[in-house]
Amino acid sequence: MDQQFNVPDVEPQEPDIEEEDSGSDIKRIAKYFGFRLLALFITVVVAIYLLILVANMGGAVDDIRMGQIRENVGMQMMAMSDQMADWPAERRREYEESLVEQERRRLGLDQPFILRSVYYLRDAITLDLGRAEQMTSDAGSRRVQLIILERLPPTLILMMSYFLIMFFVALFGALFLSRRYGSKIDKLVVILAPSSAAPGWFYGIFLILIFSAVLGWLPFGGMVDAPPPRETHLYALSVLRHLILPVTALIMGGFFLTIYNWRTFFLIYSSEDYVEMAKAKGLSNRAIERRYILRPTLPPIITSFALSMIVMWMGSIILEQVFNWPGLGRMLYEAIGLFDVPVIVGGQVIYAYLLAATVFILDILYALLDPRVKMGFGSGGNK
Amino acid sequence: MLDRLKKRLKQVKQYPSVIFGITLITILIITAIVAVIVIPYEEAVLLWRGGAVWAESPRNARPTYVDWFTSEDLPRTEIIDGRDHPDKKTMESMNGVKEFEFVLPLDYQYDGFPREFNLFFEAEYEETRPHVSVKIRTPDGREFATDDFSVQRDSIRRLGQLTELRRQVDGRAPRIGIFMDPDYEDPVPLKGEYEIVVSGYLFEEDADINVRAVSYGQVHGFGGTDHRRRDLGVALLWGTPVALMFGVLAAVGANISTFIISAVGVWYRGLVDAAIQRISEVNMIIPNLPLLILVGMFYSRSLWVMLGVIIVKGVFSPAIKTYRAMFLQVRESPFIEAAESYGTSDKRIIFFYMLPKIIPTLIPQFVTVIPTYVFLEASLAVLGLGDPVLPTWGKLLNDALGEGALYMGHFYWVLQPAFLLILTGLGFAMTGFALDRVLNPRLRRQ
Repeated sequence: MDQQFNVPDVEPQEPDIEEEDSGSDIKRIAKYFGFRLLALFITVVVAIYLLILVANMGGAVDDIRMGQIRENVGMQMMAMSDQMADWPAERRREYEESLVEQERRRLGLDQPFILRSVYYLRDAITLDLGRAEQMTSDAGSRRVQLIILERLPPTLILMMSYFLIMFFVALFGALFLSRRYGSKIDKLVVILAPSSAAPGWFYGIFLILIFSAVLGWLPFGGMVDAPPPRETHLYALSVLRHLILPVTALIMGGFFLTIYNWRTFFLIYSSEDYVEMAKAKGLSNRAIERRYILRPTLPPIITSFALSMIVMWMGSIILEQVFNWPGLGRMLYEAIGLFDVPVIVGGQVIYAYLLAATVFILDILYALLDPRVKMGFGSGGNK
Repeated sequence: MLDRLKKRLKQVKQYPSVIFGITLITILIITAIVAVIVIPYEEAVLLWRGGAVWAESPRNARPTYVDWFTSEDLPRTEIIDGRDHPDKKTMESMNGVKEFEFVLPLDYQYDGFPREFNLFFEAEYEETRPHVSVKIRTPDGREFATDDFSVQRDSIRRLGQLTELRRQVDGRAPRIGIFMDPDYEDPVPLKGEYEIVVSGYLFEEDADINVRAVSYGQVHGFGGTDHRRRDLGVALLWGTPVALMFGVLAAVGANISTFIISAVGVWYRGLVDAAIQRISEVNMIIPNLPLLILVGMFYSRSLWVMLGVIIVKGVFSPAIKTYRAMFLQVRESPFIEAAESYGTSDKRIIFFYMLPKIIPTLIPQFVTVIPTYVFLEASLAVLGLGDPVLPTWGKLLNDALGEGALYMGHFYWVLQPAFLLILTGLGFAMTGFALDRVLNPRLRRQ
């Protein structure tokens, strides 16, 4: 399960000549993915359990929640003070305690934490994320699952647009630069590579400043105009308009560094002997590029892209904050402001799943591109 | 080994970007040292807490340097203290009542109106409050007078809140109505000598009074001020040591431990290696920023706690995979085999044979990741999880975004900390990149 993080330039792959019949090929690939999926699943379980532990370490959260319960009950008592005017103090206190106890039981706080953490884990894994304590979805539901489902599409729209645009632009950009190695534009990219030291949201602030505050061309934030247009195509257009700045900001955060790195990969692989050989054979430049340079370079490129994607999921949290994007990142932030533990854990679980899904999808791509996996050398990539 | 490193480092000098980067870093370090010396930690915290300390600085004023780029002479903050003009203070005593008068001169030569105009009274008395009235005389001889009012020991009169003045200037804000040239329809300030006459009575033998007139500027300090009148300069200055410290400590803590652990894993192979790999995979799935948010909300927002979490989280970072691949190559080298054959201890092999081999990769890597952590601190602050007491660049950005600075046009508020963040990022990134090209010849091969 390790080879996707190989350093690209350690050992250029030897083409494998061993022939296998296609039936066992499929079996092997299925087995490989099965193992991969299992390993990822265990990883996710452990990660989520750790998060639950952290979220409730030292019982600080329990104390806060007890305080909230007492406050709520106190408010409830105040509202009922007319009816209880002639109750003796003793009875009033008893009633208050019973309310607190009832609320405590409703929230499951009466069980020991170890037990609760296991329940939490089981529910988290099966995505039965329970009921939020404070937050509601826009439709008014308290179910964390629904709240998350409502917030997931905006985040996915944002990140998928970014990943797709970034991947292809950077890929062709890098290929273009590797052809023009040493040219002015190549040198410019090298000079601009340090610009990636700043994250996307940081450029986002500038983009808002220029395009929204000064020029007034694009909206300051949000996902659609208010009120949202009724026709579907106008709605889509409005979302597109709101997408421009955040996606540009995300791309700016990594563009030059990515192009610079990928161009280096291309340069490394294009100095291999078999490329020289192909040139000597008189193959056209395009054929060489496609068959002998692009193919072996893709695995390391995908590796580097995977790592950047994982970082980007995190970066999107702040970006959503800066651009008022109604996605998961903002949900997580709002939930933490309300000490809504189920939503927080739910958000973490979703992020953990998203990261795992990212890794898995890249695994599939990797397997398609890297002949070693197909040939059965995959499981021990760099042992 | 060391000689070679030195020789390579000498080569570094040929790269202009390295010179530029190192210059930037040096400037930042000097700024950081100056900041800590000029404003000690406790004072910085106290200043940033805000409140009465900043009563005499304007709200949302732009930085002073804005004035250099505008053709107009933007008003600055003028403080005229009665104590500085003892000759302008008269005091006459009759039947136990003292009559006093201050004539405070204000030479107003700016092309804009003051942002606010306040009077600060400091009175000493036993029981009966002094009675005061204020008259403002303009250069062309007009007079605007307030009603009588009594002042407490420390009290502020805001011109804008005195309705009688507002009536005298046709319902305009007094700061504009009083300072405008009556010959023009549009408000244009009238330049010249203004006089603020504060007169009144003290009703006790030992009573005394002092007054300070403050005309708040549109530009203030080298960093401008925020919505709570705090001088942004304090945060800009103090943000430097915080950012540098945070970035460097996090980079050192996270990277060096990662480096050592991956070497240990490669050397012992088997179970140790597998364990390290699995831990780093679990670690990768745990989202970084949400974890920090969790810690920030539930435990502490202190910069030190955040730093600790980042370092702990960074120990098993995905970089382990990269280092591991490099160490795997080193492990197969003949010199390791030789060391093993003459019975060198495991520890010695890891620390003296394997690690030094990859140090050239580590140095640029380490320099390049510093900005990542500097920006991480800013990221946390933008999410509202900045250190509760320290002024940092990120907190400035957070305040600015929270107060809608971009929307309101207070661009300096956002641009200044952003500019400093960029400088820091560029300084380290450029140095790191150039070092990488020099120390890692595989990139120079092309």
